[in-house]
Amino acid sequence: MDSGKLMTMKEAVSKFVSDDSTVYLAGFTHMIPFAAGHEIIRQRRKGLTLCRATPDIIYDQMIAAGCAKKLVFSYAGNPGVGSLRCFRRALEKGQPKPLEIDEYSHFGLSGRLFAGATNMPFLPMRTNVGSDLPSQNPNMRTVKDPYTGDEISVVPPLRPDVAVVHVQRADVNGNAHIWGIVGEQKDAAFASKKVILTCEEIVDEAVIRSDPNRTLIPDFVVHAVVHEPWCAHPSYTQGYYDRDNEFYMQWDEITKEHDMTMKYLEEWVFGVENRAQYIKKMPAEKIHQLLPKAAYSTPVNYGSV
Amino acid sequence: MVDCTPSELMVIVAARELKDHETVLVGVGIPNLAANLARKLQAPNLNMVYESGAVGSNPSRMPLSIGDPCLVTGAKSVCSMYEQFAYYLQGGRIDVGFLGGAQIDKYGNINSTVIGSYKTPKVRLPGSGGACDIASNVKKIIVVTPHEKRRFVEKVDFLTSPGFVDGKAKWKELKLQGGGPYAVITNLGTLKFDDTTGEMTLVALHPGVTVEKIQENTPWKLKVADNLEQTPPPTEEEVAMVRSLDPTRIYLG
Repeated sequence: MDSGKLMTMKEAVSKFVSDDSTVYLAGFTHMIPFAAGHEIIRQRRKGLTLCRATPDIIYDQMIAAGCAKKLVFSYAGNPGVGSLRCFRRALEKGQPKPLEIDEYSHFGLSGRLFAGATNMPFLPMRTNVGSDLPSQNPNMRTVKDPYTGDEISVVPPLRPDVAVVHVQRADVNGNAHIWGIVGEQKDAAFASKKVILTCEEIVDEAVIRSDPNRTLIPDFVVHAVVHEPWCAHPSYTQGYYDRDNEFYMQWDEITKEHDMTMKYLEEWVFGVENRAQYIKKMPAEKIHQLLPKAAYSTPVNYGSV
Repeated sequence: MVDCTPSELMVIVAARELKDHETVLVGVGIPNLAANLARKLQAPNLNMVYESGAVGSNPSRMPLSIGDPCLVTGAKSVCSMYEQFAYYLQGGRIDVGFLGGAQIDKYGNINSTVIGSYKTPKVRLPGSGGACDIASNVKKIIVVTPHEKRRFVEKVDFLTSPGFVDGKAKWKELKLQGGGPYAVITNLGTLKFDDTTGEMTLVALHPGVTVEKIQENTPWKLKVADNLEQTPPPTEEEVAMVRSLDPTRIYLG
């Protein structure tokens, strides 16, 4: 049964991402919803608090486009390449505008999401001690362990207004199958007040129910379902298309100057209406290069008497 | 002696530190090469774990990021980001963690956050990522880094990931469950840490390198072990193997 959640990216962003809101575009290297980031840029959202463990190229683009007021993060690098130059320009030179930061370690940030998802008041963790990070971030505190009397580091829950989570396949209601690097997909969905689920394929509910262990996100935490093939490019979707490592390296060149970055955004974000047009604009040869060899898992038996 | 480049030598020396059946948290680049080299030589049962959640990876090619899809294809397990840090790292299940950074100081503290001040950075670096968590929880931290004066500093501008902090006595009071820094492997030599004070100490010279050359590239008076050793030269097998792991020399340069 169709619950009316199925919509275009344009409709989902327009409905659920407002100015000054706190946004989590999920994905640890894998399944980063670039198409959602681009749509947020096209709709010229402002004052956003962008949260992601690894801001990656997508937040670099959103920072350059002027969407961001604040960044909540744990690793602001171009994975496997080096710096995120737009992030650095915002911090070092205030260009195009200054950026506030709220910085953690990976465990700290993923712990914040876990605490948000499970409605905990705070989460204790064995890290941060001895580091200079807590002295710069008042959100990283310590409490006395009531059992041993030792001080333990704690982080507060993170409850974004909206998460965008990309998955391989989902039904029209948002029951989602995910495999490969699952990153913080589930935690981001459960921690956020609204969830936009984007998927490579829409499948029958029967396909989902044939393999329930693979459903990391059930429909009742999802508010919008967007069928968006190639949503993650230049990031990847396991089994659908590989990571465009060449683009990750090119990004380092594209972003050497703010003007060059804006030229890229003019062409590839503002210059297209949606993801379908973006993909059509890509050379066919490039698309072909990114298609993976198949590696199927062995089916399992879910039968009962 | 077999000819090899400084990067190849660092990979080979780092690989020798890994033992069979150990679980190692690997990053991309040199650490990944070192772990894969060890697996082909003395440690066929090495468990390679990546902070992206890939566990027991068996990459068919050189991964280009820690979240590369080839780390998933054929892996033993894949878990979520939170589970990786909670079950594996905080759970105390990682023997060796590789770390790098812009600066390392004489107690093995690492800076990957900022050059200059935090509020008004001269150079803003990517930040901790998992580094602080890895440094706090693994049994042995191994740092592989070129031996340069700008990287070796008496005190880091910003302490991202704890080594022995201000020395071993203070470090013990912090009650971190990890074993702290174990080795720093450079293109010039191997440095380990004094059992009592936690101070970085030169323990081995790579072939053709002198103590003076290492001191020239270290801006504080470096402690030298009484029984200073010579790093055994790389073998033909090691050099051939490391080259086959990175045929297009993405990381070997």
